[in-house]
Amino acid sequence: MKITDEIIDYVSSLARLDLSGDEKAKIKGEIEKIIDYMDILNTLDTADVEPMSHVLPTTNIFREDEVVASLPREEILSNAPDSDEGAFRVPKTVE
Amino acid sequence: MSVFEWTPLETAAKIKKKEVSVREVTEAALKRVGDVDAEVGAFLRTEEDYALRQADIVQKKIDGGEELGPLAGVPFGLKDNICTKGLETTCASKILSGFRPPYHATATRKLEKAGVIMIGKTNMDEFAMGSTSETSYYKTTKNPWDLSRVPGGSSGGSAAAVAAREVPFTIGTDTGGSIRQPAAYCGVTGLKPTYGAVSRFGLIAYGSSLDQIGPIAPTARDCAAVFNAISGYDEMDSTSMPLEIDALREIDGGVKGMKIGIPKSYFGEGLHEEVRAAVLAAAKVFAAEGAEIEEFDFPMLDYAVPAYYIIASAEASSNLSRYDGVKYGFRSEQAESLRDIYLKTRTEGFGGEVKKRIMLGAFALSSGYYDAYYNKALQVKALIKKAFDEAFAKYDMILGPVAPTTAPKLGESLKDPLAMYLSDIYTVSANLSGLPGLSLPCGFDKEGMPIGMQLLGKAFDDAKLLRAGAAYQNVTSFHRETPDIAEKGGESA
Repeated sequence: MKITDEIIDYVSSLARLDLSGDEKAKIKGEIEKIIDYMDILNTLDTADVEPMSHVLPTTNIFREDEVVASLPREEILSNAPDSDEGAFRVPKTVE
Repeated sequence: MSVFEWTPLETAAKIKKKEVSVREVTEAALKRVGDVDAEVGAFLRTEEDYALRQADIVQKKIDGGEELGPLAGVPFGLKDNICTKGLETTCASKILSGFRPPYHATATRKLEKAGVIMIGKTNMDEFAMGSTSETSYYKTTKNPWDLSRVPGGSSGGSAAAVAAREVPFTIGTDTGGSIRQPAAYCGVTGLKPTYGAVSRFGLIAYGSSLDQIGPIAPTARDCAAVFNAISGYDEMDSTSMPLEIDALREIDGGVKGMKIGIPKSYFGEGLHEEVRAAVLAAAKVFAAEGAEIEEFDFPMLDYAVPAYYIIASAEASSNLSRYDGVKYGFRSEQAESLRDIYLKTRTEGFGGEVKKRIMLGAFALSSGYYDAYYNKALQVKALIKKAFDEAFAKYDMILGPVAPTTAPKLGESLKDPLAMYLSDIYTVSANLSGLPGLSLPCGFDKEGMPIGMQLLGKAFDDAKLLRAGAAYQNVTSFHRETPDIAEKGGESA
């Protein structure tokens, strides 16, 4: 199928990526080639096939609903690019 | 004899007999990395302080008579997508630069418990996306057999480190062949365990339904020992299975009476003649050891790569949405609003291959295309699984190549990404079906590059694969060959 600029713009906005002109053209070309190749799947009749998400014979795994300690706040925040008063810090989002 | 010629199990045996101390082998491994890794580029960084501290802790335990298992005291390298508490873990991506995980991955914890000594983190394709290790943001790893060639990927650093005998073994991860293919390109042994055999807790996710952690080592026997150390149920990973597999118990059981199927489609067009010849010669070795070899038709091969890349990219686009410049790692300096932080951090922080797969995945999951691509791929996955179920009703294992060729030259593969994806044709099915796969050295091409073969087994038949691998390695010597660089600076410990 034809991958249009509109599709690339829509998908990059979904993916929160801001691609430059060159990068956009390159990715567009490569994705179009890959999608073309993927269309081979359409030669298989899968009308009666149940989509398989998990291969192992497991269903829901439950544990007891017990309260346990989580990781210390300071340790988690030590990796943040910016933090303040025990919280992640980002630019003001609401006027 | 040089410390670098010892396998992991031999190294541990010598430590146990007090012929050498844990600190001595750890220092020797660190020195070895210092001596040869400038050329090979297998390690992103070493962790000397941590390693020497661990060495002393483990030595004390051994001296105190504590039973740590058959690998106690052995140094190793860990792929940089597996979390190490307080020690940088980057997935070879700019976006995770400086990230020091607040916890160990379960595999890291289990390895610590087994008394092995992590001396550093190995290079990889960024977020494990690639087949050459060239998409790493930080460095290029070279193939120790020929420094102008790639080591394979994405666990290229892990495979190269073992091939160059920098460390006795390493840990890699395999989402579509990322342990088996670099092991084949570098002439070492690598196991992708059954999905669910090894906990993925603390493994930074790429394709969660496909990812598995596994060993890379000189021999199948060593891989069995490492597999024993890292496998088992973990309540932190609800996809891990409550099975106890001891892969060493029957490692010497041989292959007599085993039925090995050879899928004809795996030997069709696209497979290099020398690879074909080496793998078929290996089949003869198994036959001579008492296995029954039979060719059979395996129908789904051509559909595996497209189904795999849709599923892996879809899962990646979802998994990698967590990198937002807020919680950890890199944040763009250019960002002024919250939306800017997301956009600019991700745009500056991810490399080209990662962006492309995120885009491909977001496309396959987007409304309007979901049924045609993502859902279709899940249906094809069901058909591939069914084809394997039918094959394993007849055979104990399946034998084929790992990759269509030996290691390509640096810079060649990324020029044609679709061709690079197609080179994963023999490995991705095991991930889609959750099956174990073992990559074993089985020859060399005319240019002296290693050739690998692959054994695929039923789910949770990891021990059987390793046993067959050990049987093969008992009567062949390809796994004992080392590149010239492995001889360099090999002084005694």
